Amino acid sequence: MLIDTFLYHFGRYVLLLKSAVAKPKRFSMYYKETIRQMDAIGVGSVFIVILISMFIGMVTAVQFADQLGDSFIPSYYIGYIVRDITIIEMAPTITCLVLAGKVGSNLAAEIGGMRQKEHIDAMEIMGVNTAAYLIMPKIIAAVFVIPLLVAISAFISIIGGYVATVLPGTLSHTEYVLGLRAFFVPRYVFMMFVKAAVFAFLLTSVSCYLGYYVKGGSIELGEASTNAVVVSNVLILLFDFLIALILT
Amino acid sequence: MIRTVDIEKSFGDTEVLKGITTEFYTGKPNLIIGASGAGKTVLLKLLIGLFKPTSGSVFYGDTDIFKLDDKELRKLRMQIGMLFQGNALFDSMTVGENIRFPMDMFTRRTLKEKTMRIDQCLEMVNMEGINNRYPSEVSGGMQKRVGIARAMVLEPKYLFCDEPNSGLDPQTSILIDELICDLTTRNNITTVINTHDMNSVMGIGDNIILMKDGRLVWQGDKSQVLESDNQTLEDFIFASPFLRRLREDALALRHQGDK
Repeated sequence: MLIDTFLYHFGRYVLLLKSAVAKPKRFSMYYKETIRQMDAIGVGSVFIVILISMFIGMVTAVQFADQLGDSFIPSYYIGYIVRDITIIEMAPTITCLVLAGKVGSNLAAEIGGMRQKEHIDAMEIMGVNTAAYLIMPKIIAAVFVIPLLVAISAFISIIGGYVATVLPGTLSHTEYVLGLRAFFVPRYVFMMFVKAAVFAFLLTSVSCYLGYYVKGGSIELGEASTNAVVVSNVLILLFDFLIALILT
Repeated sequence: MIRTVDIEKSFGDTEVLKGITTEFYTGKPNLIIGASGAGKTVLLKLLIGLFKPTSGSVFYGDTDIFKLDDKELRKLRMQIGMLFQGNALFDSMTVGENIRFPMDMFTRRTLKEKTMRIDQCLEMVNMEGINNRYPSEVSGGMQKRVGIARAMVLEPKYLFCDEPNSGLDPQTSILIDELICDLTTRNNITTVINTHDMNSVMGIGDNIILMKDGRLVWQGDKSQVLESDNQTLEDFIFASPFLRRLREDALALRHQGDK
């Protein structure tokens, strides 16, 4: 039963994406919509990303400083740990989990609302490929913008670590910067961007799918919006594991 | 002309349409009437290809729309205008932007040409000067007119209206009916209207299709409604004692005139 449901949704999801990949009838309309989505997803999420990233960096630094205690591990390791945890895991994963809540639920509600108000039917009857017009610009916008948000997140987290450890005097500026520059592996940055792009694709496409096929009234729309967040989060964590397996 | 041949449609075990074979004529309003749950909306959605039939065909001229691939169907749909029951106007766009949307999508007209066409369409529905207002800022009747203007902007060959009078007062309903009828005859298009408004039936019913429990039970024009002895039609149209009395008076008058 569960497998049946999974296969049904997976098949329909793939078919929707297939019809979304189409040559635009009027490129300028799709371009405008993509820019609008970049603004909504990117600029609209900067504040929340900065806020959570700051705290992630601060908490990571403070907790690692506490773990180090009086051990033999040099204190500059705090900067090193904050940097690597941020780049490898915290920035892409936590940012995308938060964005799944903010952007994913919003996309599912937006497209679901259009379905319920017959806007999608109206466009279909006009001859518009609604999957392509409504979904593809959102995916393209997210895949471009979310990696940038993740990069901002990584940067702010590292600053957060600095604020939480250097300002109270737990370690010096020089030690923190030394830690940041120690044992740097450029591949981790590549991994961060791969994760960000994959998560961006997952959270937008899944949310759009759930909104596109919503049926019923406001309760079902609410459910679709919630499911968009839950399913996106589970998939983000699953793919986080798979990417870690493949790229490490 | 649109033709349906033996259309059947089921949702799970529920048979919604049972062998509908009929024609919708060009240049005159074609009305689908029937009680709620009779299958009118399903038939309308089948006619525009939003639903696929369990069996049977829908022909636009000689083209069976269910044999078209997605691309060909989209091309055909560019010749279709549709007025939805709830108007389906994009609420984040102004009236002008709503009407411009199909032109932005499918034409290479300049902004000036598009603006001219928007004004033309709004004039056609007697709604000049509301280009910059949002759908939520105009009344239900005005929204219907804007919906008609949007449906007509690309000069469609086929116009579909789902309950165009729902939620409107009788006077506005009559105006909307007259407008649709006028556009149909003036532009020689095939118009299909799904309604259960009796004013529409008796006012613009040049080809009326009565449905009951998914079957076509009667077809004729408004002049045949009074004389028909079809019990379903009688029960549906002259449902109240007042209307039955009105019908008897009208028939009596007609017979007097004949003598």
